[in-house]
Amino acid sequence: MCGIVGLLIKTEPLRDSLGELLVPMLVGMSDRGPDSAGLAVFTATLPDSYRKYSLYAGNYSIDWTDLTQSFNQLGKATIDPHGNQAVLMTDQPPETVKSWLKETYPQLHLLSAGRTIDLYKDTGKPSAVADRYGFRSLKGSHAVGHTRMATESAVTPAHAHPFTAGEDFCLVHNGSLSNPNEIRRKLEPRGIHFETDNDTEAACRFLEYRMREGDDLETAIQKGFEELDGFYTFLMGTADKLALVRDPFACKPAIVAETDDYVAIASEFRSLAHLPNVNQANIYEPAPEEMYVWTV
Amino acid sequence: MDSLTIAPSTETLTFDLSQTTLREVNSFLHHDPLNNGGKKVAIAHPDGAHNLAVGIDAPIEVEIHGHTGYYTAGMNKQATVTLHGNAGTGVAENMMSGKVHVKGFASVSAGASAHGGLLVIDGDAGLRCGISLKGADIVVGGSVGSFSGFMAQAGRMVICGNAGDALGDSLYEAVIYVRGNIKSLGADAQLEPMNDEDYAIVQSLLTQAGLPHNPQDFKRVASARQLYHWNADVNQEY
Repeated sequence: MCGIVGLLIKTEPLRDSLGELLVPMLVGMSDRGPDSAGLAVFTATLPDSYRKYSLYAGNYSIDWTDLTQSFNQLGKATIDPHGNQAVLMTDQPPETVKSWLKETYPQLHLLSAGRTIDLYKDTGKPSAVADRYGFRSLKGSHAVGHTRMATESAVTPAHAHPFTAGEDFCLVHNGSLSNPNEIRRKLEPRGIHFETDNDTEAACRFLEYRMREGDDLETAIQKGFEELDGFYTFLMGTADKLALVRDPFACKPAIVAETDDYVAIASEFRSLAHLPNVNQANIYEPAPEEMYVWTV
Repeated sequence: MDSLTIAPSTETLTFDLSQTTLREVNSFLHHDPLNNGGKKVAIAHPDGAHNLAVGIDAPIEVEIHGHTGYYTAGMNKQATVTLHGNAGTGVAENMMSGKVHVKGFASVSAGASAHGGLLVIDGDAGLRCGISLKGADIVVGGSVGSFSGFMAQAGRMVICGNAGDALGDSLYEAVIYVRGNIKSLGADAQLEPMNDEDYAIVQSLLTQAGLPHNPQDFKRVASARQLYHWNADVNQEY
C-alpha cells in the first residue's frame, strides 16, 4: 500500500503549525505504511550562496558539534541536530561540501540538499519516526510525507521516502513502477548515480533529470506520463510548488481538501479529518493522469 | 454500550465515532438495531473510517454525517443507509438489497458486485463504478469514471452525466443508460435504441433517486453478446 500526505499552507501565520497539522496526517496513514516514514519540509529560503544538507548517521554515533568544528576549518557552518540526523547549513560550494563529507564522514548519508528543503526519513512506525525527529515542531510553507509498506525492495532508511535528486526536489510514491530498470538504464549512461534499487528513486531521478535538462516541473511530469509505467500516485515538492499526479487507471488512492488556508493531500480522508475547517473544504479526488500543481 | 449518546429524539439513536469504537457501532448494527433504541440510527464523525455500517441485515434507516473510508454499507441487506458526505472505495460493494444513498461523490468501485437493492450517488463516481454488477440498480447523478460497468452481469446503471473510457467493457446482461457523453465504449458494448420499457425503467429509477431528468435524454448501452462464445479464429479483434 503506502500512504502519502502533503500540506501546503497558504496563510503565513499558520506556517508555524505545519508540523502540528502534518503529524496526525502522517500517523493517520500508519495502517497503509507501518515499516518506515519520512518527511520533507520546505522552510524559508536561504540566501543565494547558502545551502543546507540533511545528513543521516544511521547506527553510527556522530558528535555533531565535533563535525561542525571540524567543518569550520573549511568554512563557516551551523548545524541543527535531530537525533541521528542533522541539517548542516553553510555558504561553501556544494562540491566542496559533498567531497569533504565523503572523505571525513563516509558513514554519513546525504538525504537532501538545497536552499529550502529539510528531509528526515527512517524505518519504524510513523509515530515513532515523527517523535524521533520532532516533526511536530517543524515550521515551513509546505511539506511532503510518506508512510511505507515495502513491496519491491528492502526495508532500510535509504529505501524510505521521500526520495530526492538535485536540489530542493523530492518525491513520494504509492504504487509500483513496472519499468524502473529501463529508466535506470537510460539515466546511468548520462552520469546519473542511483543509491538504491528502489523503483521510486527511478521516478525521482528521471523527473529531476528532465528539469536539469531545462523542463519546468509541469513539462517534466508530462514526460513522466510518457516514460514511467505502472500504478502510482506521486506527490512532489519543490522550493515553491507541490504537485500531485495519478496513473491513467487511478489505481492508487488520493484525496485533496482545499480551503483558503491550506491545500491538504492524503491517500485517504481519515488523514485529513482533523484539519481545521475541513468540513467546509473543497474536497475532491484527483482525476487519472491529470496534473495538480499548487504554488506557495 | 454506556458510551453511546442518545439524541433528544426517541426515534434516533446517535453514535459518535469520535467517542465510540467502529467495532461497537457495527456490532450494534449487526445484532440489536430493531430491539435497542428505536428505528433510526445516526452516526456522527465517521472521519474516513473503513467498513462503516457493513453487513447490516435489518430494515432500518442509518444516516451517516461526514465522509467515510472504504466499503461503507458493503453487503447491505434491507437497510436504507444515507451518507451525507463523500464515500471512499467500494461503497455498497456486494449489496444484496435495501438502499444506499451517497449525497457527495463516491470513489472507485462503487456498487461493485452488488446483487440487489439501489445505490444512488448524487455526485460523481470514480472509476469502475458497478464493476461486475450482479443485479443491483445504480443511479449516478454526476459522471462516472473509466471502466464503469466492466463485466456487469445483471442490473441497471443510470448515469446522468458523462461516462469515461471503456464503458461497459465485456458486459453480460446488465444495461447501462447514459444521459451525457460516452468517451468510449468497451469491448462488446454497443449503443441500442431505447424502447418503452427502457423509458419506464429509467423514469422509475430517476424517481427513486429523486432526480428530475427526462428519460428521453438517455441512451441505452448493452452487450452485443459477441464475447459469450470463444472464437479461436477471431485473432483478438473483438
